[in-house]
Amino acid sequence: MRNKIPRVPVREQDPLVRATNFKEVSYGYDSQEAMLEASRCLNCKNPLCVPACPVSVRIPDFIREVEEGNFAKAAEIIAQDSSLPSVCGRVCPQESQCEGACILGIKGEAVAIGKLERFVGDWSRENGVKFTDKAPLNGKKVAIVGSGPAGLACATDLAKIGYDVTIFEVLHEPGGVLQYGIPEFRLPKESVVKTEIENVKALGVKIETNVVVGRTVTIDSLMDDEGFSAVFIGSGAGLPKFMNIPGENLNGVVSANEFLTRNNLMRAYDPSYDTPIYVGKSVAVVGGGNVAMDAARSALRLGAEVTVVYRRTEKELPARVEEVHHAKQEGIVFRMLTNPVEILGDEKGWVRGLKCIRMELGEPDSSGRRSPVPIPDSEFDIESDVVIMSLGTSPNPLIASTTKGLDTNRWNCLVADENGQTSRKGVFAGGDAVTGAATVILAMGAGRKAAAAIDDYLKEI
Amino acid sequence: MYKILKKRDLNPVITLMEVDAPRMAASAKPGQFLIVRAHEKGERIPLTICDFDSKKGTVTIVTQVVGASSRQICYLNEGDSFTDFVGPLGEPSEFVHMTREKLSGMRFLFIAGGLGTAPVYPQVKFLHSMGASVDVIIGAKSSSLLIFEEEMKAVCDNLYICTDDGTAGRKGLVTEVMKELLEADRQQKENQHYKCYDHAVAIGPMIMMKFVTLAAKPFGIPLTVSLNTLMVDGTGMCGACRVTVGGKSRFACVEGPEFDAYQVDFEEAMRRQTMYRSIETEADHNCKLGLH
Repeated sequence: MRNKIPRVPVREQDPLVRATNFKEVSYGYDSQEAMLEASRCLNCKNPLCVPACPVSVRIPDFIREVEEGNFAKAAEIIAQDSSLPSVCGRVCPQESQCEGACILGIKGEAVAIGKLERFVGDWSRENGVKFTDKAPLNGKKVAIVGSGPAGLACATDLAKIGYDVTIFEVLHEPGGVLQYGIPEFRLPKESVVKTEIENVKALGVKIETNVVVGRTVTIDSLMDDEGFSAVFIGSGAGLPKFMNIPGENLNGVVSANEFLTRNNLMRAYDPSYDTPIYVGKSVAVVGGGNVAMDAARSALRLGAEVTVVYRRTEKELPARVEEVHHAKQEGIVFRMLTNPVEILGDEKGWVRGLKCIRMELGEPDSSGRRSPVPIPDSEFDIESDVVIMSLGTSPNPLIASTTKGLDTNRWNCLVADENGQTSRKGVFAGGDAVTGAATVILAMGAGRKAAAAIDDYLKEI
Repeated sequence: MYKILKKRDLNPVITLMEVDAPRMAASAKPGQFLIVRAHEKGERIPLTICDFDSKKGTVTIVTQVVGASSRQICYLNEGDSFTDFVGPLGEPSEFVHMTREKLSGMRFLFIAGGLGTAPVYPQVKFLHSMGASVDVIIGAKSSSLLIFEEEMKAVCDNLYICTDDGTAGRKGLVTEVMKELLEADRQQKENQHYKCYDHAVAIGPMIMMKFVTLAAKPFGIPLTVSLNTLMVDGTGMCGACRVTVGGKSRFACVEGPEFDAYQVDFEEAMRRQTMYRSIETEADHNCKLGLH
């Protein structure tokens, strides 16, 4: 029998302390803790965790190596399927993927696969372990649009098998949502994001920043003039949604994207950087996803009192349980079954509060969740001087609108089959640009599938 | 890196720079803008594209010192590089999509205020090259702040200068000159041998564009303005640039920066420009499109 101990807890920064800084919340396992936790894995013959992983990391194999203390070997096993273990170990929703499928989870607690992956990724970085084995260049060029998780995963797989890969990134730092979206306290930029992107570059992948595909260059100019034989579009879902309620353009109303981009990409929390951020005394965050939690917890760290306003109940919150738990520990107030109907302004045009209406849950909607219904005459006001709208994002229409014959659906998502093939020959797509806003790991999975499809396509021509 | 190949002080506070940016130079069109960062910890600052040369691979920008961020740009010298230089951003001017045949029969009136003269220049130059007839009004606080006078003369039919203090051209506001020209136009409406203005374009400080819009409205001439809103990424991601146009919220960075002037809520746009002013003691966002 395997080690029947409870799941090894992970050490975290004290909630009251971390609420005032941007240092990482979780310290992660040390090597002893990792080896102990690894000893809980049953090493199932037919593991359920692997098919539950969108990039099919050989989980029991790497965990076995961790248990024996062969961390470099464990890293090598993960590297075959993922170039971003330190990222994924931190931000994947393991509870609904690998860990959700873990057999131990039926009667007790699943193996802490995410924490183990993170340990292996971090150990590799700290010990300078890199995997740069790749086939010789085959003379074919592939362009990738966007350096987020989808693009990085696609680039990694293609570079390994000999393609000459260039990633075009619109922002000044590569990483996509890892850079502009997810805060430092969940995903450190210098140590984790930069290092793992450097690892991708070590495979020969070039990253050209400050290129707006659709403006600076087009998909057609890349293929016709710059000699790229195929293109993968992993441009994400960057366009913020608003509610279209009165007062939304008052000073003090921002999208979660703006708030997070100022703080993450532009480092507004660090006084040595120039970009300003406006936080006020009290912040209301509208929405209940992971992005809403990130915005709320960032605002808290910048010194505001924060209330999350969500129209359903806690059970329906789309954010990860861990994030909600952390947010509550840190002192964020949640107001459930509450929906804003108007943003209230003062005489100078600045936000002074939210007019909300109480909701109750009605019949299940098309998503299977019970849909919230307003309770008549139940309006009330919440005071706040900043409102952060976190209602989701949709793909940027720029690439589709500047590329002839590239089909989109009515949500502006690119139309692609399960291998990423779009309506244009030689043009593939994956990640949020195709699915709408989802997760880092699903985007990586789509990037890998498209890489295989691009290889098949380019072998034929 | 994006090297500054040429730097020329147009006056003590306004600087012109020619920057090595081949990809942007090849794709830029009149009406579009770009974003720069002067150093690793700098803000992303939107600036108008003042000129571009696809053969030389250069893009020209003009910056006026009004705060910390614009000063950082102006401190850079020939041979230095911008950390980041991204674009072209935004939609090109509408007339870019018109044929030479159509444009050659058209007459335009441009109203440029202060640094707004810079983004007007490539538009006038383009229209001139397409055979259109173009008149330009340039307004500035004082003669020392006038820019692009000679360059503009070379590509327009009539150039009208006015300054607040009367140190160059006529003493007064651009709106007065514009009203006179539009009034003269109206007088000639019946004259078949006279070509009236088909379209007007105003670029300058938000307050100027507001008053130009109010003054032009009674004449019924189509009017386009270019909005210098706050921006972070400039690609549609943040929404800081949202403006109400025709009762709808629009993103100036991807749907603009040019809009039908009569549909723009200028009061809201001006208020939104001040959002970070209380925090920034120095940097003045009005300069962000180089327009104030």
